Amino acid sequence: MDKLTHWRWGDTLLVIAVAVAALGLWAVLSLCAQTGSTVTVTVDNEPFATLPLSQDATMEIAGIGGTNTLEIADGTVRITAADCPDGICVHHRAICRAGESIICLPHRVTVTVMGGSAAVDGEV
Amino acid sequence: MKRKTALYGLLVALAFIFSYLESLLPLSIGIPGIKLGLANLVVLLTLYLLGDGSGLAVALLRIFLTGLTFGNPTMMVYSLAGGLLSWGMMVLCRRCGAFSIAGVSIAGGVSHNIGQLAIAAAATGTPQIVWYLPVLLLAGLLTGGLIGAAARLLLPPLKKIRI
Repeated sequence: MDKLTHWRWGDTLLVIAVAVAALGLWAVLSLCAQTGSTVTVTVDNEPFATLPLSQDATMEIAGIGGTNTLEIADGTVRITAADCPDGICVHHRAICRAGESIICLPHRVTVTVMGGSAAVDGEV
Repeated sequence: MKRKTALYGLLVALAFIFSYLESLLPLSIGIPGIKLGLANLVVLLTLYLLGDGSGLAVALLRIFLTGLTFGNPTMMVYSLAGGLLSWGMMVLCRRCGAFSIAGVSIAGGVSHNIGQLAIAAAATGTPQIVWYLPVLLLAGLLTGGLIGAAARLLLPPLKKIRI
């Protein structure tokens, strides 16, 4: 009825701008991405472990105030279990591309796929 | 004065209850950190009905109460980052006059997600989080649109009763 509630041209512009930005960013990230070679785990910004992505493995990550269980299978990484209250990291899909990461904020754990060469040092 | 105090109490309580309801029913669709943002409906309507400062007051009080009751200091910092950026963007978008309440809500939803992501990138030292950005932008668009649609229906009758 009045101009506060009636759909306006700015709204259309905003929707298009956000959608284009999201799709554009996604396209750029996907094009630049390559399959990673190693997985780097950090706890509270300190390096915790680095594992090859090519080898199936499971590992317990001792985070701040709890543990997360990491699993590498078929060249992808995921968190299979965690005793944090929200369990967001467990619901995260498996990752495999360089630069992708899974983060558990309560335990201050990050799991990041590193790309390119196999040699990765613990520099964060 | 008494009337005003009661009104603000009511608004903060409503935003608080909305946050609580949302924590009971997490929208788990496989992507972390996505919420409908029901509490923002209260902040948005407060902005339109009572002004910018009132909206900020409701947003801040809601964040402190929710953080103290259901969360922890870390969560509060994330909520603050999202809440403040979202409030700032909503005020700007409302003032500039090019948007309806739905557009303002979308701007709020999207900027809330950007604020939280920025803090997450800084706190964990992983700029790779930028991977989440496309998903969070679209999520903000969707949830902001839903909240905006609700606000669009609620604003006219609320204006009529002149709270």
